[in-house]
Amino acid sequence: MTERTAGATPRRTSLMQLDARTKSRNAAEARFKAYGLGAITIALLALAMLMFSIFSTGSSAFRQTYATFEMMLPAETLDPKGNRDPAEMAKVTTIGYQNVLRGGLIEAVRSAGIVPDGVADSDITGILSPEAAADLRNRVLANPELVGTVVDIDALAHGRIDGYFKGRVTMQSAERDGNITPQRLQLAQAMTDNGLMAIRFNWGFVTKPDASDQRPEAAGLGVAILGSLYMMLVVLVLAVPIGVAASIYLEEFAPKNRWVDVIEVNISNLAAVPSIVFGILGLAIFINFAHLPQSAPIVGGLVLTLMTVPTIIISTRAALKAVPPSIRDAALGIGASRMQSVFHHVLPLAMPGILTGTILGLAQALGETAPLLLIGMVAFVRDYPDAPPAGLFDPASALPVQIYNWTQRADPAFVERASGAIIVLLAFLLVMNAIAIILRRRFERRW
Amino acid sequence: MPLFWTFLIVLAIAALAFVLGRRGAVARTAGDSRQLHSLPSYYGWYSFILAAVPALVVMIMWIFVQPIVVEMRTVSALDLPEAVSTADQNAAMRQVRTVAMAVQDALASGAMTKDQLAAFATDPAPMGQALRDAGSSMLVTVTPTLYNAVDVYLGTSNMLAWIMTVVIIGLSLAGVFVAISRCRPDFRARNAVEKVTMSILVMASVIAIFTTVAIVVSMVFETTNFFSQHSWIDFFFGTTWSPAFQGQSQLGLLPLLWGTLYISFIALLVAVPVGLFTAIYLSEYATRRMRSIVKPLIEILAGIPTIVYGLFALITVGPLLRDYFAQPLGLGTSGSSVMTAGLVMGIMLIPFVSSLSDDIINAVPQSMRDASLGLGATPSETIRQVIVPAALPGIVGAILLAASRAIGETMIVVLGAGAAAQIGLNPFEAMTTITVKIVSQLTGDTDFNSPETLVAFALGLTLFVITLGLNIVALYIVRTYREQYE
Repeated sequence: MTERTAGATPRRTSLMQLDARTKSRNAAEARFKAYGLGAITIALLALAMLMFSIFSTGSSAFRQTYATFEMMLPAETLDPKGNRDPAEMAKVTTIGYQNVLRGGLIEAVRSAGIVPDGVADSDITGILSPEAAADLRNRVLANPELVGTVVDIDALAHGRIDGYFKGRVTMQSAERDGNITPQRLQLAQAMTDNGLMAIRFNWGFVTKPDASDQRPEAAGLGVAILGSLYMMLVVLVLAVPIGVAASIYLEEFAPKNRWVDVIEVNISNLAAVPSIVFGILGLAIFINFAHLPQSAPIVGGLVLTLMTVPTIIISTRAALKAVPPSIRDAALGIGASRMQSVFHHVLPLAMPGILTGTILGLAQALGETAPLLLIGMVAFVRDYPDAPPAGLFDPASALPVQIYNWTQRADPAFVERASGAIIVLLAFLLVMNAIAIILRRRFERRW
Repeated sequence: MPLFWTFLIVLAIAALAFVLGRRGAVARTAGDSRQLHSLPSYYGWYSFILAAVPALVVMIMWIFVQPIVVEMRTVSALDLPEAVSTADQNAAMRQVRTVAMAVQDALASGAMTKDQLAAFATDPAPMGQALRDAGSSMLVTVTPTLYNAVDVYLGTSNMLAWIMTVVIIGLSLAGVFVAISRCRPDFRARNAVEKVTMSILVMASVIAIFTTVAIVVSMVFETTNFFSQHSWIDFFFGTTWSPAFQGQSQLGLLPLLWGTLYISFIALLVAVPVGLFTAIYLSEYATRRMRSIVKPLIEILAGIPTIVYGLFALITVGPLLRDYFAQPLGLGTSGSSVMTAGLVMGIMLIPFVSSLSDDIINAVPQSMRDASLGLGATPSETIRQVIVPAALPGIVGAILLAASRAIGETMIVVLGAGAAAQIGLNPFEAMTTITVKIVSQLTGDTDFNSPETLVAFALGLTLFVITLGLNIVALYIVRTYREQYE
C-alpha cells in the first residue's frame, strides 16, 4: 500500500492553504447550493406574485359603491289600489320602480345643492345601476308596509361609478365611454363628499346571483356557491363510500392475481387522466346517453365523483396500510372474522387518515373547471336551485366555472369580480385544508 | 319527487326489517342469544339487506329501462315515416320531451288543470301559447300528432312510475317476510351478511375499470362516428384547423398538437430545473426548520386550482410579457401566447416535479451518500455523481408524469394561450392546444352530429392515448425503480 511510483515527488499541501483544485471544488459547491436557493426563491416568488396579483385585483370586489339617500315611497304609483297586497303590487314593473327611484335621487341630489352646473337630470339618474330598481322592488314586495313611508335607500351605483372610486375609470376614459360621462363622475365625487354616496362591504357579492354583461356591479356568487356546494354533496355521498369500499377490498381482501393487478394499474392511471377527458365522458354518458339535464349539479357531481374516487382510493389505502398487522392478528386471534377485524378495528383506526384524504380529494374537486365546462355549467343562471334532492337537477353554476365565465366578458369590472371569486374559492380551499391538517395533527397515531 | 319517496319508503321498510329480524331471531331462542349462530345484529342486517337490496337493484334497473320503453311507445305514436333517420327521430323525441316537461311543470304549478289539458285534444294549436303563459320557455307549436305523442309519453311514464312503486314496495315487503322466516338460531347470518358486504366491496373496486371502459367506449364510438363523416387523413395529417359550419371544414390535428407540445415543452423547461433543484436543496441542504417552512409553502402551489393560474396568466403574466418582452423586441402584440401559458403552467408543475423528485431522492439509500462523502466528495459532487444518477430513472418518470399533466392541462391554456391554430416557432405568438379546441368545439350551441362537434371526441381520444401512454411508461419506470432499492 505504501509503494510509490518512482520519480513522483509528493505534493506538498497544507490544510491551512487551499490549493486551486480545492478552491474550485468549493466554489462549485457554493454555486450548486446557490442554484438550489435560487430555485426555491423562484418558486416562492411565483407564489407571492400569484397571490399578490389575485388579492390586489380581487379584494375590491368585496366593496361596492352605493348611493344612499332618503326618499318617500309614493303609495299612488307603487300600490294604486292601496291594499298593500304583494300579489297586486307585483303588477308594478321594475320600470315603475325605476321612475320612482330616479325621482327620489334627483330630488335628494338637487336639494343637497351639490349638482355642478350643466348637469342634466339624465346625468343624475345615470349614476344608478339598472339593478337598483329591481332591488328596491324586491325589498318593497317583501315588506309592503314600506310603501307610503320615508325609507333609507341603498341603491347600487353604476359599475363605471364604482370603477371610478376603485381607480378603474378615469375622467379621460369616461370621455370616450358611452356608458358614463365626466359630469357624472364629478357628480359622484360631490355626492361622496356630501355623504350621499358611500363604499361599503358588499354582501351581495357572495349571496346574489350572476348578472348580465352590462351590470357587473350586481353580479354575485350566490348561485355558483350553492351549485358547488351541491356538487360537493354528491361527491361526498358517492365518492367516499365507493372509494373506501374499493380500498378496503384492494388492501385487505384482494388476492394477489392478475385481475387485481389490472384494477390497481387502472386506478393509478385514472388518477392521472386529464380532467377534461372526464368532462367528455360526462357529456357522452350522462347527458347524451342518459338524458340528464345540462348544467345540473347532479351531472357535475357525478363527473367529479369519477375523478375523485381514484384520489380517495390512493389516500385510503395508505391509511389502511399504516395500521399495523398486529391489530388484525389480535382481532383474528380472539375469534373475529376477517370482515369483523377490518370493520371493527382497522377501519376506525384508519379513519383520520381516510378523512384527511377525503377532504383533500374534495378540495381538488371543488377547484376543477374543465370537465364542468363541457357539461354545460357555463350557462347563465340567475335562479337559485331548489333544496336537494330536487335542486340537484336544477340548472346551477359552479364557483370555478363562474370565474371562467366572468373572464370571458368584455367589461373590465368583471376581472375584479373574477379575482374576488377566486378569493372566495381560495378561502373555501383554505378552510378545507386547515380541517384536514387539524384532523391529521389531532388523531394521527404513530405505531 | 315520487322516486325519492319510494326510496325513503324502502329504507324505512328495511329499517323495520332490521328490528324484526333481530328480535325474531332472539325470540326464537327464548331470549338466550348465546344459542344463535351469529351475533343478533347480524340477523338484523340480513333482514335489512333482503328488504333493501333486491328492491333497490330493481329500482335502478327500472330507471334505466323505463325511458327506453317510453321512447319506443312514443315513437310509434309519432307516426314517423319508415325510413326516418336517427337524427330526425331524436329531434322529434326532443320536441316531445320539451312539451311533456312544460306540461308537467304547468300541472305541478297549478297553472293548467288536467281538464284543460284534455280539452286541447281536439284542437292542440293554442296549447303552445297556453304553456308559454304558464311560464314555460319552450317554442314548439303543438300539432295533433305531437299532442298524441306527448299524451302517450306522459301516460306511459306515469303508468310505469306507478307500477314501479308498487313492484318495488312489494319486493321490499316480500324480502322482509323471507328474511324473518329464515332467521332461525342455526342460520349462519354472519356468513350471509359478509358475503354481501364482500360483493359490495368488489363492485366498488370494479367501478374504476368501468370508468376506464366507459371513457374508451364513449370516445371510440363518437370518434368512429366522426371518421365516417370526415376523412381521417385530414385529421391526422392536415396542417390547417378551420372549422366552417357550411361543411368543407379542415380539421387538421397537427397545429393543435404542435401548440400542445410547444407549450408543454416551455412548461417543463421552467418546472424541471426549478422543481428538481428545489427538491435537491430541501432534501440535502436545508435545515429541518427551513424545510418545515418552505415545503408547505410550495405545496400551496399544488393546491391552487388551475383556473386561478389561468386568471393569473390572463391578467398578470400575459400583459407583463407583452409589454416588457414581446412588444419591445418586436415579436408580437398578443397577451396570450405560448410563453404566457408555458410559464404559468411551469409554475403550476413546480410542486408536482419537486414533491415527486423529493420522494425519489429520499429513496436513495443513505449508505450511498455516506460512502461518497466518506471518500471526500463534497455534498454537491455526491449529489451530481451519486444521488442523481442513482435516482435518474425515477426522475425521468417524474418528468414524464409532469409532461402528461402539461399536455392534459386545460384552464391555463384556455385563458393564456389563445385560440389561433398555427404552427410557428415564435413563443410570443398565440397558439392553441388540443384541450382548448375540445372546450371550444363542445361549449357552443352546435348540432351534435356535425363533424365540427364530433371532432372534439377524436381530439379527446388522441389526448387520452397520449397521456395514457406517458403515464404507463412513467409509472412503470417509477415502480421498477422503487423496487430496486426496497
